[in-house]
Formats: sequence, C-alpha cells, structure tokens
Amino acid sequence: MQPLLSMTGVEKAFNGATALAGASLEILPGEVHALIGQNGAGKSTLIKILTGVYRRDAGQVLFRGAPARIAGPREAQEAGIATIYQELNLVPLRSVTENMIMGYEPKRLGVFIDWREAHRRAREILMRFGIDIDVRAPLGSYSTAIQQLVAIARAVSLDARLVIMDEPTSSLDASEIEVLFGVVRGLRAAGVSVLYVSHFLDELFAICDRVTTMRDGRTVDCRPIAGATKLDLIGAMLGRDTAEIAADGMTEFGGGAARQGEILLRAEGVATGPRLSRLDLTLHRGEIVGLGGLLGSGRTEAARALFGEDPVTAGAIRLKDAPSAPATPAQAIARGIGFLSEDRKAEGIVPGMSVRENLTLALLPRLARNGQVDRARERALVQRFIDALGIKTADMEQPIRELSGGNQQKVLLARWLAIEPEVLILDEPTRGVDVGAKREIQAIIRDFVGQGHGVVLISSEFEELVEGADRIVVLNEGRTVTELANPGITEDRLVRALAHDRRVTA
Amino acid sequence: MMVQDLPAARPPRRAQWRKLARGNGGVAALIALLVFNALVTPNFLQLQTLFVNISQVATIAIVAMGMTLVIATGGIDLSVGAVMALAGALAPLIFQSALGTAYPGLGVAAAIVLPLLAAVACGLFNGVMVAVLRVQPIIATLILFISGRGIAQVLTNGNLQTFKNPAFSYLGTGKILGLPFQGWLALAIAVALFWVVTRTLFGRYVLAIGGNERAAHLAGGPVRRVKIGVYVICAALAGLAGLIVVAINSASDAARNGNLMELDAIAAAVVGGALLQGGRAPVFGAILGALIIQLVKYTLLANGVEDEVALIAKAAIILAAVYVQQTRKE
Repeated sequence: MQPLLSMTGVEKAFNGATALAGASLEILPGEVHALIGQNGAGKSTLIKILTGVYRRDAGQVLFRGAPARIAGPREAQEAGIATIYQELNLVPLRSVTENMIMGYEPKRLGVFIDWREAHRRAREILMRFGIDIDVRAPLGSYSTAIQQLVAIARAVSLDARLVIMDEPTSSLDASEIEVLFGVVRGLRAAGVSVLYVSHFLDELFAICDRVTTMRDGRTVDCRPIAGATKLDLIGAMLGRDTAEIAADGMTEFGGGAARQGEILLRAEGVATGPRLSRLDLTLHRGEIVGLGGLLGSGRTEAARALFGEDPVTAGAIRLKDAPSAPATPAQAIARGIGFLSEDRKAEGIVPGMSVRENLTLALLPRLARNGQVDRARERALVQRFIDALGIKTADMEQPIRELSGGNQQKVLLARWLAIEPEVLILDEPTRGVDVGAKREIQAIIRDFVGQGHGVVLISSEFEELVEGADRIVVLNEGRTVTELANPGITEDRLVRALAHDRRVTA
Repeated sequence: MMVQDLPAARPPRRAQWRKLARGNGGVAALIALLVFNALVTPNFLQLQTLFVNISQVATIAIVAMGMTLVIATGGIDLSVGAVMALAGALAPLIFQSALGTAYPGLGVAAAIVLPLLAAVACGLFNGVMVAVLRVQPIIATLILFISGRGIAQVLTNGNLQTFKNPAFSYLGTGKILGLPFQGWLALAIAVALFWVVTRTLFGRYVLAIGGNERAAHLAGGPVRRVKIGVYVICAALAGLAGLIVVAINSASDAARNGNLMELDAIAAAVVGGALLQGGRAPVFGAILGALIIQLVKYTLLANGVEDEVALIAKAAIILAAVYVQQTRKE
C-alpha cells in the first residue's frame, strides 16, 4: 500500500539549537499511528513542520504520493491535514454551527450566510459521529469532550485525510475517552488516517495500529503495536537497552546510604483531583525519596499537594507532628517545606529583580524588622550563598535574567536553602542546566540531606533518580503503585516499575 | 574568610541610581520644556508661574504615585478621578454641617479624615475585586469610575458648593518657606513611598508580584494582601488630591473635580518609567512624569494653543513614552 504520508530525513534547528536531526514518519491510509517520545524529543516540531507552522531545513515530505507544499494552516487544511490541538482553537462563545463552518460558510447571493443550510449541514455532520446536540447553542456550553468532537467533525467535514490529535484525552474522563475512541475507530473505518500523540501508553495499545518513537530529534523506532510491550516503548523513548543497564556512578549523588531517621513527612492516600488520586509516601530524616513516573503520572501534582498549592480532597499529609496538610505555600514555608518548581521561568525567577532580591524572596518575612528589610543582614546572607554555591554573577545586584540557566537554578535553590527547611521538594532541579552545574546542584542536594533533612526529588532523568534517591515511589496515572529501595535499584527495575510491569514485584 | 574582589561589595545605592537614570529621557524632556518656555513663553521665569505650576502639578503627582504602585503590581486604577470627586464632595458637607460649624477645629479635622476613610473604602473595594474575586483591574475599577462620581453628585445634588474656611483651604493655598503647601506634601509622600518601595517588605512584594506573580505566591508572598494594599494606598492618595483641589478652589464641584485625572495619572506614571506589565515602581519618576505633563499643558495654554490641541499633545507624549519602553525591552 502506498503511504498516505511519508516524511524522511527532516531536519530543523532554531537559532543553532538542533530540534530535529533526521526525523521520519510514515503513515498508511486508514491507519491510527501513534507518535511518542519524551518532552523535547521533537514530536511537536515534526507536527508543526507537517502542518506548515515551521519550515523544514532539510528533508522530504510526501503527502498522497506527491511532494507537499504546505505553508500554513489553511494550506494544510486544503491538502487534507487537520490538527486537533491540546488547547482547542475554537471559539467557545459562538454557536456549534459557526465553529464548524467557519471559513467555509455556505453563502446566499455571494454575501450573506445561509444559516438554514449551515445549521443543517452542521447537524448532519455531527450525526455521522453519533452526536445529537443543539447546533445553535454556544460551543462553550458543552463539555470539553463534545468540543473536541466538534473540532474533529469540523476537520473531517473539510475532507481531511489525516487527522492529527495532540494529547486528545488529557482533559477527558473515562467515558468521554470511550466516545473519542469510538470516533477514532469510525475515522479508521472511513479510511481516514489518524496521527495520535499521547503520553498515556495504555491508550496506544487500545486504539493504535503502529507506533513511531522519537528521541533527541530523531526517529528511533517504528513498529506495529501488536506484539510490542510497554517496556519496549519506554526503552525506545529513553534510549535504554533494558537488557544491559549497569548502574555505574554517573551522577554526583553517590550511593544512597539508607540511614533512616525519624519520619519527617508522610502522605497517606492523598488526592487532589483527577491527576492525583492516591499518593502514599513517607520521608525520613537524611533521606532522598524520588518520585518516579512518566509524564502525566501525577509527579508534579504530588509535589503541589505536599506544598499546599492544590487543596487536598482526600487522605492526609503529616509534617512531623503538624496534624494537617499546609493550606497555602506560605503555610508550608512557615512549617519548613520548600518547593523548587520545574518551570523556572513561569514559577521561579522574577526576571527583572536582582540576584539578591530573588534569592531572599522566600526568606523575606524573617529578614524584616517592623516591616523593614534588614539590608545588611540580607547582603551578608546573599553573599554567603553566592560563595557557598559558587553562583557565577557579576554582582548580587545583577538582574537574574542575565544569568545562565544553571546559575539561575542555583539562586532558586539558595532561595529555598535560605529558609533552612526540613523538607525540600525539588521538581526537576537539574532540567535545562549544563553538566557542570548539574553535578554541583546534585552535590548541594546530597549535602542538604546529609545535615539530617529530607528531599522529595522529581526527575525525568533515570540515572539521577536511580543513583540519587534512597527510595523511589513510583506513580502511575495519579496513584502510588510501588516503591523501590536502594541499594538495589537499577534503571532496568525502574523502567519496569514505570511500565507497571508485574514482574517487578515478583 | 577569604577576601574576594567581587564588585558585589559596592553599595546597592548604585542600582537605585541606575534605575533612576533610566528615566533620563524624561529628564531631558523636562529640561527641553523648561528651556523652550524660558525662551518663548512670556513671564515664564517668574515666581507666580512657579507657584501656579507647583500647585497644579502636586495633585497630578500625588495621584500618579499611587497609580505607580498599582501599575507596579500589573494592575491599573481607573477610579482615581471619581474617588477625588467623592472625597472632595464630602469635605465641605462635613465642615459646613451643624456639628462642624459648632466645633470648627474638630470640623476641619473630620473633613479631612472622614473623606480619606471613604477613599480607603473605595480602595478596599477595588482591591478585593481584583485580588480576591480576580476581576480584571480595568473592569474592577471601572465600577467606581462610573459610580463614584455619581455618588458624589448625588451627595451634593449636583450643585457647586462654595465655602470660606481658611483652615481647610490651607491644604491648597498654604505656603511653607514661600512654596505651596501641597508641593511639600507631594514631596513628603514621594520620600515616604520611595522608602516603602526600596526598603520595606511590602515594597519588595509589590515588585515581585508585578515581576512574576506565580513565583511570588510560591515563595509564600501574601499576594492578596499586597494587591489590596496598593489599591488602598492609591485610593487614599486620590482622596487627598481631591481634598487639595477643593481647597485650592474654595469650592467643590463633583462634576469636574478629578475629571480625566485617571488619564493624567496613568500618563505621568508611564512617562515616569512604570511598566504596564508591572515589576517597576519609579516613585520619583511619577513626579517627573507629572511635571512634564503639567508643563506641556501650561506651555500650550500660555502660548494660546487651544485646550483640545493640548489633549492631542498629551497623547503624543504617552505614545512617545510607550515607544521608549518598547524599544528598551530586549
């Protein structure tokens, strides 16, 4: 069978940073094709090249057997490629009909929209998907699932041959997912191809035919999903040959010595919403507990729950002897918990402020007397941290945005160390920093727990988790599924646990 | 400890000077205006001219400084003009009441304190709308923008209230060391606010919230309280400005007091170097901005240019200030 789409040797760089280096993708007509990979593997760049948002630097794209010339969304649509984005790009305040026919309105006398015809057409298309709704009502009055289906229906009504779905189930509940899967199967039956991007591997096994895996801007694997195991897919995503993983020392953590002190923090059956339904975790003094899990497994949500950022709807969080969970970050800080967010830009630095002001932001109330900041103490403290952590800055008054990523991260780490916390929750502490800074940050963390404190560590990097953590609590779809203890954790065992493979516990 | 030759040892005052210096486009504009007036405008270099300008610029500056704080948190306050009218309408009602005339001293004190409390209440309303109910600042403050002046007019039946009360009028006509009282008042407020912004916990949080609200919140900052605080300060200063205007005129006109002041104040803050996305609070910049706007107004007026044209000139200044801000961003 001639492929519907064939992309080969695609390359793309942004300002010299390589995003794609030899990516390829082949989709057959009437096939549901999965595209997976870690964050930054190049999935969305590849899709954006396909839909004309970006221009490729090199490579070939054949669509329906001919070289594709797609320079924008409109051309993509006309060629028969439709994209259903994570964030729906529809207009919630306008009617279902308007959203469906936008840009392709049936006209009367060449100027006026023929509403009767438009409504009829919209209703007819939706009925084909088994959706019977009032098409005159505003789109926003329906659930996310219906809105998504309207987007898909719109795409198909425009004669799409390929529908791209980017994380389509991320905001759907179980029954809505079933409806969506029904529609996907309907598309397949009608000969329409679907490119399905998702972090949820179970879904892929449920509806996909083949799966392409990307890593570091390359296509590394393409196989039929029947016969593949989750372990295979995860191994391909992470670039690990699951058979030959040796736990050589590659991080600065050193082996975790499991000296267990008194319990610092305990979470039992904690839930905050659909993304986190049952977190069980115990943290002792002098211990680093890792949170393992794939994207969407609830790691970040777990951190936010422990820090009092998301209200806890079930279960209990106990810090030492405090009976209840902190209700706000301010309360968590007062009780001695610090939280380093994974999103340094959006939730970490105050870009226009100086290194000094950023560093003391969490400590500020304790630096003040009668509401006035004690500047002498502040400067002395900041200088101490700049020296101790080796923060490279011209001057403590330099705006933090001018620092490198690694040094920004050190300032933020110092922001939390400065409050002299008992517990630090670190969400991806070494993401986006260079190797040198990474080792330094890891050493700082080890030093911190060495003083009898506790760390909850979230990391997508397996060696950091395996070597850094004394224990790893593994999350899957918002639940604690198992716990691994060092010594004895290998990347192999972790990967199996992430895949929720029963052989781990056996 | 090892002695390190880090430039960090130099005083942070440098940084503040640097921040001040960023507004030097404004200083240049001010000097250009002064030189132009000295050469062209008749009778410009006379004390009387100075007094007129100081007494008029003081109200703009006082309101603009409050506005600067609000803008520094990423907000905006459209209700300042209406709050001026409300405070200004209340004052004569109080000191001309039966009680106020019976005890003149108490009457004047109450005529200053009570309107300011009313202004504070307005600020609380704005702050709660923005910080707790999370209404967009422009919409939240639009409510009092519309209703505040309405309330003031209802209180006074829409009449012009004239009065003779030397004690109260001192607010607008008094002189210290030969210069108008309200000029000194504006200066004192500027010094106080500068101290608040650069030295206090509150000031640090104002800038942090404007710079990155999420980060400030996750660092334990009292985001709601600080936001309510800036709206309260802004409204209180607007109320004070309303009292001054009434004192200058020895008359309260609810329809005109503070009319279009929100625009002057925002313009002065922006010209003074406040970033509309927040994170910067140049208090003295607001005074500079107010001076420029006042001088442009005066220049055009004194040279016989019509008021309507003056409005266009003001718009041009704002445009220029915004343009400078945009180009400064990297």
